[in-house]
Order: sequence, then C-alpha cells, then structure tokens
Amino acid sequence: MMPAVAEERRAPRIVGIEFPYGHAFGMPGDKDMHRQVLALALRVLAGASAFGTRIDFDIEWPVPLRDAYKAWQPAEPSPIVRKLLSTLARERSTPS
Amino acid sequence: MIVDSYRFLPRSFRPMYEGRGPLPGEDAPVWAQFEKRLAASRIALLTSAGIYVKASQASFDVEREQREPEWGDPSWRSIPSNVQAADLEVAHLHISHDDIRSDPEVALPMRTLDELVSEHMVGSATAEHLSVMGYQDRSLEDWRQKTAPQLVDWLRGQQADGIILAPA
Repeated sequence: MMPAVAEERRAPRIVGIEFPYGHAFGMPGDKDMHRQVLALALRVLAGASAFGTRIDFDIEWPVPLRDAYKAWQPAEPSPIVRKLLSTLARERSTPS
Repeated sequence: MIVDSYRFLPRSFRPMYEGRGPLPGEDAPVWAQFEKRLAASRIALLTSAGIYVKASQASFDVEREQREPEWGDPSWRSIPSNVQAADLEVAHLHISHDDIRSDPEVALPMRTLDELVSEHMVGSATAEHLSVMGYQDRSLEDWRQKTAPQLVDWLRGQQADGIILAPA
C-alpha cells in the first residue's frame, strides 16, 4: 500500500499495490483480484533472490480517486488526527 | 508501472511518512532465502486491520487509544481459518470498517489461500491466521519486547514456513 515506506523501513520483500487503506487484497467481492494479489505476494515470498525485492501490482483501483479517497476513511477522525487538527486550529488562531 | 505510495494519503500527512528512513538500529538488511518449494510449504497470513472474533475474543483496545491518541494496542489475535465472515469484527480507528465487514478477504484472504492450497500452488495453510491493529506506539517498544517474539513463537508452533504480512 505504501511500498516506498516499506523500502525505507527495510522490508526484505515488498509487493506494491495502489489500493486504498483497508483493502490490501482489493475490492470486496472481487475474488479474482484477491487471488491475483495473494498469488503475487506468494511468488515474491518464495521466489525473491535478494533483500529489497519489490514488485508493483499493475492494477488501477476501479473507483474514481475522489470517491475512493473518501470511502477508506473512518466516519470519525482517529484520535491522533483529531489531536493534530486541534493543534493546527490553535496555532492558526494564535496571533503571531 | 511504479505504485504511487501516497495516492490515498491526505497530502498533509505525507511528510510524516516520506523520507523517514529506517528506524534506529534497523539499517542492516534482514534476509532469509525461502528454501522450500511453495507447493511443499505451509503459509500463514497476518493482517493489521484489527480483525477479531466477536464471540470469543476481546476487541483491540480502542478506548485507551481514544484517551491516549499516541498509543495503539500492541496485542494480537489468532483467527481460525474456518471462521464465518459474520463472526468477525474490526477494531481500528484509522480506517473505514465497512468493506472489511462485508468481505474480510479484502484484508485477510483465508478462503483465497485455501483455494490456492486446493490447487497445489501452496502446500498448506496454517489452521489459524494472525491479526494485529496497525496503529502502534511510535517507539514500537511493546512490539519489540513482546508482540513480535510471541508471534514468532506462535508461527513456529504452527510449523509455518512463511507468512504474508498485509498492512491495512
């Protein structure tokens, strides 16, 4: 999902997918997509010959970006996001 | 094609992830060649979606995370591979639960793995798989000291040859 971050954090084998958070194997009900992602991950697990092997999965998420971006997010912001937003709001309201 | 790692991330969050490098003390490569044939190997799955079995397991502790926003529950659950989707629940405050509830295979493809076993691409699957909650304390101390060693012991007990880690 964030293969560049996995590379920076030194994951030994990586499969990159450009899917929204919470959907590592694809769309609900799309068995073929689940199968393709899992099969690729298994091939990378068993077949990679060196540290840092990364294979990106060439399938575009079949939902418009704006809708997909909204859909993966929780109804309520997470506690840390709420805290960050509150800190930002305070900083903006404080006269410099 | 090269996957855009930040396509679905709010733009203001990108600096929290990009260009951060390895964690302290984790610069050196960690590598083990996969020695066996996949068709003779036992495979386990791990999701960080915070999935648990409603009737028999406690939820991940999201109440404490509400009180302490920088803390995340470092515990783990083992999920029987034959559990029904309706018996699973999700506890993860950073993602929508809707699609995982409607089809847990999007995060933990236990049925899909069973199909690959029946087709002899994979030797076997562990009888249970693993679930953790992906939002963790930044220092990962609990993970280093407790969670990771417990998971490794559990995987050895299951005689797993390999594991697919699936971030949520």
